[in-house]
Amino acid sequence: MEILIAIIAGVLLAVVFVVISAPLRAARDVEDGDVGASTESEQALQAAATGRGYERAELEAARETKYREIRDAELDLRTGKLSREDYDAIDSGLRAEALELLDRLEALEPLEQKPSGESLTPGKANPELEA
Amino acid sequence: MADLGRICLPLALLVCVYGIGASIYGARTGRIEFSDSGRRSVYALAIVLTVAFGVLELAFLRNDFAFNTVADTSSRTTPTFYRAAAVWSSQEGSLLLWAWLLSLWSSLALFLVRRRMRDVAAYATAILLGFGAFFISLMIFYASPFSTTSPAPAEGVGLDPLLRFPTMMIHPPMLYSGYTLCTIPLAFGMGALLARRVDADWIKAIRRFAFAAWLFLGIGILLGARWSYSELGWGGYWGWDAVENASLMPWLTGTAFLHSLMIQEKRGMLKVWNVSLVLATGTLAIMGTFLVRSGILNSIHAFGGATLGVPFVALIGVLIAGSIYLVVSRRDMLRSQHRLDSLLSREAIFLGNNIVLVALCFVIFWGTYFPLISEAFTGTEASVGPPWFDRYTVPLALLLVLLSGIGPVIAWRRATLANARRNFAVPLLSALATLIVLLAAGVAHKAFAIAMFCCAAFVLGSISQEFFRGTRARRAMAGEALPVALVALVRRNRRRYGGYVVHLGIAVLFVGVAASSSFQHAVEQRLPVGGSTHVGKYTVRYVRPTATITPKNDAVHTGSTLNIGAVLDVSKGGRHVATLSPSEGFYDSGEPAQGTVGHLIGGQAVSHISMSAGVTRDVWTAIAPDISTPALQRIVSIGNRTLPADEGVVALGVLAREYLKHPPAAQFHFIVSPLVMWIWIGGLIVLGGGLIAIWPAPSAVRRRVAMRSRARTARGLARA
Repeated sequence: MEILIAIIAGVLLAVVFVVISAPLRAARDVEDGDVGASTESEQALQAAATGRGYERAELEAARETKYREIRDAELDLRTGKLSREDYDAIDSGLRAEALELLDRLEALEPLEQKPSGESLTPGKANPELEA
Repeated sequence: MADLGRICLPLALLVCVYGIGASIYGARTGRIEFSDSGRRSVYALAIVLTVAFGVLELAFLRNDFAFNTVADTSSRTTPTFYRAAAVWSSQEGSLLLWAWLLSLWSSLALFLVRRRMRDVAAYATAILLGFGAFFISLMIFYASPFSTTSPAPAEGVGLDPLLRFPTMMIHPPMLYSGYTLCTIPLAFGMGALLARRVDADWIKAIRRFAFAAWLFLGIGILLGARWSYSELGWGGYWGWDAVENASLMPWLTGTAFLHSLMIQEKRGMLKVWNVSLVLATGTLAIMGTFLVRSGILNSIHAFGGATLGVPFVALIGVLIAGSIYLVVSRRDMLRSQHRLDSLLSREAIFLGNNIVLVALCFVIFWGTYFPLISEAFTGTEASVGPPWFDRYTVPLALLLVLLSGIGPVIAWRRATLANARRNFAVPLLSALATLIVLLAAGVAHKAFAIAMFCCAAFVLGSISQEFFRGTRARRAMAGEALPVALVALVRRNRRRYGGYVVHLGIAVLFVGVAASSSFQHAVEQRLPVGGSTHVGKYTVRYVRPTATITPKNDAVHTGSTLNIGAVLDVSKGGRHVATLSPSEGFYDSGEPAQGTVGHLIGGQAVSHISMSAGVTRDVWTAIAPDISTPALQRIVSIGNRTLPADEGVVALGVLAREYLKHPPAAQFHFIVSPLVMWIWIGGLIVLGGGLIAIWPAPSAVRRRVAMRSRARTARGLARA
């Protein structure tokens, strides 16, 4: 029984190590494969890409919410909760806000469509942009 | 096997400590690999705690009484189902369940946001692992589920008979899931504040988990109420017990948050309020856990006399201080982007609903912690009872139900009086018709109940109108058949219509509460065989006694050694309505000092109620049989003196026969409660509505909807 417990504990320890260390090992493998890369510039690029990714995520969340608001206003009109005048005023306001969000998202896109330089780590796609 | 469990706990703590460090380092330096490693620590924690939980579960199923917790809460005579679920009936096992569920839910949440909000998620990971480390430390230093005794006792004490009830076994995992899920929005809220990213994205990420926490807590609370009603032998479903209240408080603030987050999503308002609600909900969830475990307040549900109070107080102190610091220090970022357009808008109603919910929470908080507050100020512990709670919560509940009917018929941003008049016509007419019917029925003396029925009718009117108008609009737009249009309407607007169904369920639930508490008839009476009594319009007659000694033959198979009860005939106006069989189970005390026979029935006696449940009323009965008569006690003492240890059950057989031959009068408790079943039906409607609201839209549908919206937006913009 003691041997069995020791084996299970050993396997558990190994699994924990493998699970936790996988990202660190992957990062080290990449570093080993591209010794000439400038760490500072890589980090700057990573920070910029990450910041842009955050902004994009925020804008996309706001955009989805705005679309939902437009649908909700339409449903409120159809179910008699909004008058036509109020609906027109609200709808045009929402659409203007949606346009502003789309413009801001579009402004981000040219940078993100670059085929190279976007990856946080050389040889690996940027997971932030994959999302 | 205990050794494996003992290895798992320090390993889990190590994983937590590493994960906290890696996540914070990753968040502060932007090194994604460390943030990822921290996140994966949560997965690893889930793996380790799954093994630990498996070890303990196996110990219970194998009757391994070397484990102290198994010996204390299980026995060979405990039925297998209850043995499997007995893991969380002990302090130690429930701590492990808490930590395990936390690791599983946290893993799911972090997996779903693994490619988003890396900075917020990294801080959230550290906080969630902090909770994990706290509970694991409690198990290592205070209450280990893997402590053992050698040599192992031959038999365990057995599961508390009060817990041998199916819903009671499901209730803790539901409640703990709710509590642990409450910590996820808290962790992300704190993460957003720490990362200074308090916009729409974090709200979007945690919305589903906040809803899931609300749903699980709600199910847990309802199961607890059902257990109280069906098992505790007092005939009530809510007693304003400290532990019951502790689970209700985060549910109330969570409900407030689910409403106000919509205002933040749509209008960029109430950011301080929302983040405060999230933090309060998570902290209240931890306080609920603290109440159960500290033994600081008396409760039938608490693991009293424990030593976990100080660590919990420290954790709660850190949470409160940290929350206040974060909100105050980030107040500039939490400014609202808009103001209320109109007081006649859904936002304004939601605000009103938030105030009522928080007021309810405050009242319950004050009443629950009043014993501690009074002791701190006066030196004597005073407590408040159900009448105190009812005085404040009933009017607030009325207001809440009313608001849940007003909200759905008012538009976002602004509504005109003309529209409001048109939209309120049907709900007001429903309420008015209900009032007339009730007054005609002669129940004018129950003002609060009448008000609740009218409010519920108002909600029913408003929700029905919403479904009708929505379906009609959908039919006009798409030309679909009525059922297809209804399903399509709900599918396309799950949150809105799921929410409406929840409102309806809450109204139905409160109708059940109001009716059963206002129009209940209760009688406690001692009856001989053949005797009868009147309960409301019902007559109950004691037909004959029952007695069984084989554990597997007890009515609900709870493992009692002796089960004594009665067959009752219930009639109304001379017509037979139901035959009921309440009983009381006697359990083995495990104390040999009580004698060969005495110990078999010397444990806790538990009432097994019997009821005839219906949509209009429940007839509820419980019995407290008298086995202390000289004739029955003589059998016990002779058995104690003459029978060997393994033949005590023979005397129980004689005792049962004697009881059946010369049954003494028994004490009965009869209750006729109208509409109780609607509490459970209301709960199921709430659950159904919650599932509709939380169910993710198929990605294809989501894309199509988004594309149509984009096309419409573009068309509109082109026109502008």
